[in-house]
Amino acid sequence: MAALVNIQDLRVAFSGVPVLRGVDLALQKGEAVGLVGESGSGKSVTWLSALGLLPRQATVTGSVRLDGRELLGAPASELDQVRGGRIAMIFQDPASALNPVLTIRKQLCEALALHRDLQGNAVKAEARRLLDLVGIPDAGRRLEAYPHEFSGGQVQRIMIAMALAGNPDVLIADEPTTALDATIQAQILELLSSIRREFAMAMVLISHDLGVVAENCDRVAVMYAGRIVEQAPANQLFADPVHPYAQGLIGALPPLDGPRRRLTAIPGTVPDPAKMPDGCAFAPRCAMAAEACNLAAPPLAPIANDRVVACIRAEASRRALLGIAAE
Amino acid sequence: MSPPLVEVSAISRSYSMRSGMFGRATAVHAVDGVSLTIPKGETLGLVGESGSGKSTTGRIVLGLEPPDRGEVRFDGKPMAAPGTPAWRAQRARMQMIFQDPLGALDRRLPVATQIREPLDIHGIGTPAMRDERVRELLRAVELTPAHGARYPGALSGGQRQRIVLARALATNPDFLVCDEPVSALDVSIQAQVVNLLCDLQAQLSLTLLFISHDLRVVRQISNIVAVMYLGRIVEIGSADDLFARPEHPYTQALVSASPAPGRRSAGRIVLAGDPPNPAARPQGCAFHPRCPRAIARCASEVPALSTLSGDRQVACHLVTGAQARDAA
Repeated sequence: MAALVNIQDLRVAFSGVPVLRGVDLALQKGEAVGLVGESGSGKSVTWLSALGLLPRQATVTGSVRLDGRELLGAPASELDQVRGGRIAMIFQDPASALNPVLTIRKQLCEALALHRDLQGNAVKAEARRLLDLVGIPDAGRRLEAYPHEFSGGQVQRIMIAMALAGNPDVLIADEPTTALDATIQAQILELLSSIRREFAMAMVLISHDLGVVAENCDRVAVMYAGRIVEQAPANQLFADPVHPYAQGLIGALPPLDGPRRRLTAIPGTVPDPAKMPDGCAFAPRCAMAAEACNLAAPPLAPIANDRVVACIRAEASRRALLGIAAE
Repeated sequence: MSPPLVEVSAISRSYSMRSGMFGRATAVHAVDGVSLTIPKGETLGLVGESGSGKSTTGRIVLGLEPPDRGEVRFDGKPMAAPGTPAWRAQRARMQMIFQDPLGALDRRLPVATQIREPLDIHGIGTPAMRDERVRELLRAVELTPAHGARYPGALSGGQRQRIVLARALATNPDFLVCDEPVSALDVSIQAQVVNLLCDLQAQLSLTLLFISHDLRVVRQISNIVAVMYLGRIVEIGSADDLFARPEHPYTQALVSASPAPGRRSAGRIVLAGDPPNPAARPQGCAFHPRCPRAIARCASEVPALSTLSGDRQVACHLVTGAQARDAA
């Protein structure tokens, strides 16, 4: 099956400092893919660059194809059709994404006018339907309200309604619940998954929270220092992480039940993008690192069906595990 | 159980808030009748969503803010009046760590100078001893003297939080209030700081009040956990037991909302309604408008915190046992 979105060797540098160092990611129709990683790992930059949303000093190379059409370097008129129309995006801080001096109706209708052939009352009716859909009570009256009259969870619902205005094929949700309280986070995640089912929409969930990604995605990619280091079906990744960084991330998460154990912290910190190590970027923090790790950055290599890992040591341990080391 | 170091009895604190320039002032009950006991050398975790009053409770316990009603006793004695020498002596024994280490540090001073400041203020040791103490504190938080010469801007988030921790430990306090100390840190760094806090607590037999919205981190570090909702404690119990068998419907929803790797969202309790507003607290049990199990009594009568079994206390009309005790 041809991928809906296909990202190949995507690289981004800010004023000559590389922040994204070759990302390959494919997104199928209707699929939910999670991107996890710590701050600065390039999760957000991947999609901002794919949609041409980065400032001028960023140099972007590689290829991002939507249904086979190249997006990188595409003319603005074409990108305007894609952004909001085919691929919509919601962000961590919904309050700053809305205009505080315009009513919700004005802002929703603006998005509808841009992406749909609707006129007059039909626009307003559609705006109301969208608010209803995302669970804002009393939608007809609330359309005339301003953003500050809504709570944080409701503002995120409105952002989701705006993202749905263009009937997108893909929703990029960048830390959509990070600023919200636990019980409100549960509401928003529930809303996202029901909308996704209803519209058969693909979703990319960007989050630093492994639990959020594990529960809401089919497939997960773990990013570290501008690269994907492991990609696997969600249940497999959390049951059996292969890359030492993925293992470290999962080990660093305190359990909520069962016996308490000392957390396995990853020593050190993320490398400075301007002073990236020559070999594997994780090698200086890795307990498994061997000399070969410092020579060249390992490429993503398949280890099983649907699973790829960028680690030379993991491959070795995996082979030993399968008992085919002799060959 | 060791004798209590901190005893909080029925503290309340309300603020007045105006809606708009000409609006009537309304009272916001940030904390309402909270009682807590923290035994020496143990950690009490305080969890709740924003607006639940957990930070205000921390500030009152430290004496940064007086309670409207109720009393805080530290080491058997009531808190001294602010500004007196007795208060200063007591304050040296209790310290606080906040969420944002960069906001808590002066960007224009080397961090070693900032770690030394409490020693200068409280006149502890000779100048030479103070320098040695700073080196010792840096080692204690797993940093080197070279880090001490740097400015906050030249350190990573995790390193900055270690500096704040070193400074808080400078006066050899008995009691530490940590308000969301790891919430701004990445997972791998968060684990480093949590491990460090656990180690230091054991080495220095510190007593901690650990405030966080993160159930996992709270469970990891605490002996006792209290759950707050709109200024009241709704459930309290041992850390091992509370999240495994939550009794209060709110605690159950919180635990269920906490995503876990390896578990799909099937069967999650999703609460209806908005997060609670402390300025418009519902009558009766504050949680009843969002509670999936609420009955008529919940809307009229505030449930008292009553002992269920062992060290578990729950404030809910529907939890049997608590009910039985009420009737008795």
